[in-house]
Amino acid sequence: MNGEKPSWLIEIVSKLSELGIRLDEAKNVLKMEVAPESLREAAKILIQYGYDHLASISGVDWSTKGTIEVIYFAESYEPEKRGTLIELKTATSRENPKLPSLVDLWPNALLLERETWEMFGVVFEGNPDLRRLLLPPDWSGPPPLRKDYRVVEEGIYVEYE
Amino acid sequence: MLSMSSEFVSSRLLFKEGDESTYELFIGPQHPASGHMRFIVRLKGDIIVSVDPDIGYVHRTMEKLAEGREAIKAIPLLERLTIIDSHNVTVALVTALERLLDAEPPPRALYLRTLLSEINRIASHLYGMGIAGIMLNHSTMFMWAFGDREVWIQLAEELTGARLTHTYSIPGGVRRDLPQGFKEKFEKAARYMEKRLQDYMKIFLLNPQIASRYEGVGILKKSEARRLSIVGPNLRASGVKYDARLADDYGAYKELEFEVPVREEGDCMARMLVRVEEIKQSLSIIRQVLEKMPSGPIFAEKYLKLLPPKTREQVLKTGHVKLPGIFASLKLPAGEAVARAEMGHGEIFYHIVSDGSTKPYRLRVVTPSFRNVVLFRYLPPGHRFMDFPAIYGSLDYFPPEADR
Amino acid sequence: MSCPFGFVMVGRLEESARKATKWLVEKTPIRSLRDWAITFSLWPVHFTTSCCGAEFAAASAPRYDAERFGFLPFNSPRQTNLLVVEGTLTKKMGEAAKIVYDQMPWPKFVIAMGACAIDGGLFYNSYNIVRPKDILPVEYYIPGCPPRPEAVAQAIIMLQEKVRKGEWRKA
Repeated sequence: MNGEKPSWLIEIVSKLSELGIRLDEAKNVLKMEVAPESLREAAKILIQYGYDHLASISGVDWSTKGTIEVIYFAESYEPEKRGTLIELKTATSRENPKLPSLVDLWPNALLLERETWEMFGVVFEGNPDLRRLLLPPDWSGPPPLRKDYRVVEEGIYVEYE
Repeated sequence: MLSMSSEFVSSRLLFKEGDESTYELFIGPQHPASGHMRFIVRLKGDIIVSVDPDIGYVHRTMEKLAEGREAIKAIPLLERLTIIDSHNVTVALVTALERLLDAEPPPRALYLRTLLSEINRIASHLYGMGIAGIMLNHSTMFMWAFGDREVWIQLAEELTGARLTHTYSIPGGVRRDLPQGFKEKFEKAARYMEKRLQDYMKIFLLNPQIASRYEGVGILKKSEARRLSIVGPNLRASGVKYDARLADDYGAYKELEFEVPVREEGDCMARMLVRVEEIKQSLSIIRQVLEKMPSGPIFAEKYLKLLPPKTREQVLKTGHVKLPGIFASLKLPAGEAVARAEMGHGEIFYHIVSDGSTKPYRLRVVTPSFRNVVLFRYLPPGHRFMDFPAIYGSLDYFPPEADR
Repeated sequence: MSCPFGFVMVGRLEESARKATKWLVEKTPIRSLRDWAITFSLWPVHFTTSCCGAEFAAASAPRYDAERFGFLPFNSPRQTNLLVVEGTLTKKMGEAAKIVYDQMPWPKFVIAMGACAIDGGLFYNSYNIVRPKDILPVEYYIPGCPPRPEAVAQAIIMLQEKVRKGEWRKA
C-alpha cells in the first residue's frame, strides 16, 4: 500500500489492536494472529467494515511444532476494499484440534470448514453439516493432508548443460 | 429432455401425505445433464424441495501431490484443473511464485500473458454456452459453439504449441514469443466471431423457447450473492461489479481500457448475456494488446544470465525460451505469497507457504466452481424439476475444478 | 419363449431351440452381417470421467466429426455398446463405471483415453485413483495428455476394423 492509508484501514487496525491481536502489513494483505477465543470478535468487526465473505480457509500442518495452523482469508467486493485481503491465523494442537465455527457470521464458511475437517481432522464446533465432501465414503485412513500421511514420490535426476 | 436412465437413477418414496408424495431422486454421474457429479434431489410432486450436491468424483488430490514435487512441476499439474481455460489457472500460480522469488517479468511478457488469458476466456465462455445449449437439448448451439471454439484453440496453438495445455507462463516471463502473421489471423478470427455472436443471439438467446426457459428462473439476489461469495459472471449478473482483474495486479490490465459488464436481473438469461458481452470485451482487449505491445525480452534478466552464452543468443534470436538448469531445483525462500486471477468461471485464489526448500510446504487453491457449489443448494428449491438443467447450464459449473 | 408359429415351448424344447439359434448366429453369413452392423453403430455412453472429456466432446464437434463413423453419444447404458473412459478414474467414479459397464448389453467394448487411464498419468502416486485395467477389460488405449481428437478418431477406426474381422472377446 503506497501513499497514505485509507481511514477504514486505520480504524480496523486500531479496533483489532484493542483485542490484543498482533498485526502486520505486507503488500495488499493485512495479516494478523488471533487466539481461537477472540476469533468470533475479530470476525464481527471485519463484517462491520464490509468484509462480508471468506475467500478461503486452509490448514497448514506443522508436525515439528505439534500444531495445526488454520488460516482464514476475508475478502470484500467493494471498490476501495477489494485490493486488500485480510488474513487471520489461528493455531490449535495436533492431537485434539478444535475451533469455533464461523458459519453464522460468514455463511460461505460452510463448505470450506467441511473440507478442512475432512483433510486435516479439525473439528469446527457449531457447524451443522460436518460430513464427507470429496473423499470416497468408505475412506478409513487418517486425514490425507497431514504430513504423516505419505504418498510415494520419486526423485529427479538433473543434468546440467 | 431429461430422459432418466432408470438404473443409476434410483428413486425412493420418502413419505406421503394425501395426494402429494416426496421422492428422493439420484441424478448420477452417468447422465447427460449432470456432468461428473451426483445430485440428491428431493421432489414433492414436480416441485424441488432440496438439492444436495455430492461432489468428489474427480478428486485428484492436487494439493497433496504439489507438496511432494518441485515448485515448477506444480504448473503442469495445476493446469489440469480447468483444462479448457488453462492459462488463467496458471498465471495466478506463477504470479504468486514470482512474488515469493522476487522476480519481475519484463513488460512484453506481461502483455503476452494478457493475450493468451483473453483467448482462453473466449474459449471458456464458448464451452459454457455450448454445454448450456446441450442441457436444454439445443444441439445446434452445442455444435456451433464447439466448432467456433476450434478457431480460438488454433490461434492458441500457433502461439504456444499445444491445443489445451499451454504451460505458457513460467516464473520470470513466458516461454515463446509472438509468431509472424499473428495479427492478421486474429483480425480474421475477430471479424468471424463478431458475426457469429449475432447468430448466437438469434438462434439461442432471443429464441422464444429458450427465453421462456431462462427468464425469471433461478434468480440470485444481490445481497445473497455477496454473502455466499459467488464469483464470475454469476456475480456480475446480479448487480455486483467485481472482477479480479481490477482487484489484483497481474498482466497488463492496468494499462488497457475495458469495461466489466454488469446486469441487474440475476436470472439465467442475465448470466448468459453477461458471458456474450464479456466475449466482445475480450476481443477489444486483444486488439489493444496487439497494438500496444512493447518490444524487448520475454524472460527475466535474472534467469536469462544463468544460461550459457550460446544458448542465450539462440533464445534472443528465435524467441523460444530454454529454461536454465536451476529451474529443476529452484529454492523458494521462506515465506508466504497470495495471488488472485480472473478465469472464465470466476476468481481463483492461491496461497503458497514455503519453508525454504525446493518443494512448497503448502499450496492452497480455491477455485471458482468450489465457491459456486453452494448455489446448487440455494437456487433450485421452489422451482419445477424441468428448470434444473436450465439453472445448471447457466451457472457454468465445472466439476474437475471444484474437486481439485 | 414363444415361437412365431403360435405355441409356447417349455423345457427341453426351449433349451435346444436356444442352442440351435446360437449355432445359427455363428454361421458365416449371419455372423458377418452382425459384425458389419455393430461396426457402424458403436454408440458410447454419456459418461464423462475427467478432463479428457473436453477433447472427447471436440471429437463429436463439427471439425473432427465422429458421427460419420456411426458414433453417437447416447443417454441410456442399456442401448449403447461402447464405454470411453476419458481421463483419470477416481475411486468414487470407478464404482460408477463398473455399475454402468455391467448394465450395458453384450457385445460391449471399452476404450481408455488419455495418459491417466493407462497408468495414472500425471497423478500416478495419488491416493484416490484406480487403473481402468484393473476393473474393466480395455480394448484400446489412446496415449496423450490430452490426446488430439484425431487420435480418438483413429481409435474408433481401429476398433471398427477389429470388430469387422470378428476378432473380439466373447462374453
